[in-house]
Amino acid sequence: MKKNNILAELFLVFAKIGAFTIGGGYAMIALIKDNCIEKKKWITHEEMMDVTVIAESTPGPIAINCATYVGYKQAGLIGAIISTLGFILPSFVIIYCISMFLDNFLEIAFIANAFKGIKLAVGVLILDAGIEMVKKMQKKPIPKTIMVCSLICMFLINLFSLKFSSTSLMLVAAAVSLTIFLVQQNKQKGQKGGEQK
Amino acid sequence: MILLELFFGFLKIGCFAFGGAYSAIPLIRDVVLSYGWLTDEAVTYMIAVSESTPGPIMVNLATYVGSSQAGFFGAVIATLGVVLPSFVIILLVASVMKGAIKNKYVQAILRGLKPCIIGIICATGLFMILNNTLSLKAGFSPDIKAIAVTAVLAGAFFGSPKFMKKKISPITLIVISAVLGCVVYGF
Repeated sequence: MKKNNILAELFLVFAKIGAFTIGGGYAMIALIKDNCIEKKKWITHEEMMDVTVIAESTPGPIAINCATYVGYKQAGLIGAIISTLGFILPSFVIIYCISMFLDNFLEIAFIANAFKGIKLAVGVLILDAGIEMVKKMQKKPIPKTIMVCSLICMFLINLFSLKFSSTSLMLVAAAVSLTIFLVQQNKQKGQKGGEQK
Repeated sequence: MILLELFFGFLKIGCFAFGGAYSAIPLIRDVVLSYGWLTDEAVTYMIAVSESTPGPIMVNLATYVGSSQAGFFGAVIATLGVVLPSFVIILLVASVMKGAIKNKYVQAILRGLKPCIIGIICATGLFMILNNTLSLKAGFSPDIKAIAVTAVLAGAFFGSPKFMKKKISPITLIVISAVLGCVVYGF
């Protein structure tokens, strides 16, 4: 009985967070903190920090990472599933409804014009997100080089519709970075070995 | 089999979307265009809709693309695909692999992935702006109205921290751009 209660609670809290955060990312974190730490005391501030750090190093929306983690801590695997589903459900329902009407909407002249304007804003928003990330990036030669090379490659891929996906590009970058690390590690080992002799 | 394609297409996106919502947009655009699920126009419209509705942009886009390709089940399958990788990874990290993230080899891979996705995001933003204003792909033909609107939007967005204390929010920018679009293209 108690277990069912906590599952229902997890579901409702995350559904609420999913339904009321527009614009993604950090707005959600504020709500998750408020609900899961302050009100329900499901996790501590330290744990929340940990999850945020882990979320930055793992793929996927940060809020989903949080939902999965909190659910798992409270009620194991079922808890993780219930929290994540609860979080996704509101946006799923909203978008599913919109998807059925969007084409009809776009046939109305002034909405089509509005979307022509919005299309221009989306480019600005994405570029801004990129610039913000560049600002926070480590200013070291290797990351900088990888960043600039990826930028040029991706631009050319877009321009000429090349058959090389962005995920392949990321795999290449990961391989390059790992190789550099292994080479550096070998060098250091070699140096240490030399000193010991 | 469209459902399988949707599942694996979005699974791939879910595996590689490091760094939040915006890093997913270039990946989704790439996958969706390469499978021919939506046109470039439709992708942009949908990004705008995802921005203005609650929930993570990745999930919103997956639901939309899935539903447009294969109805309700398509939406379910695509959404599951996009969420599954982060769900599984967090479960693993929370239960058995507590030190995995700090592993030096994992860190070395992440050090390569992060700058790469930043480059991909910048390139996508830059390309979208240039393609909207100058039609790079369809032979070079500048669109005066688009250039003017983009200039106003970029000026308002990047200039706002100087006039107000905070940058205007993405949703405010979308509302402004919708109004500008109605005015500029409507008359």
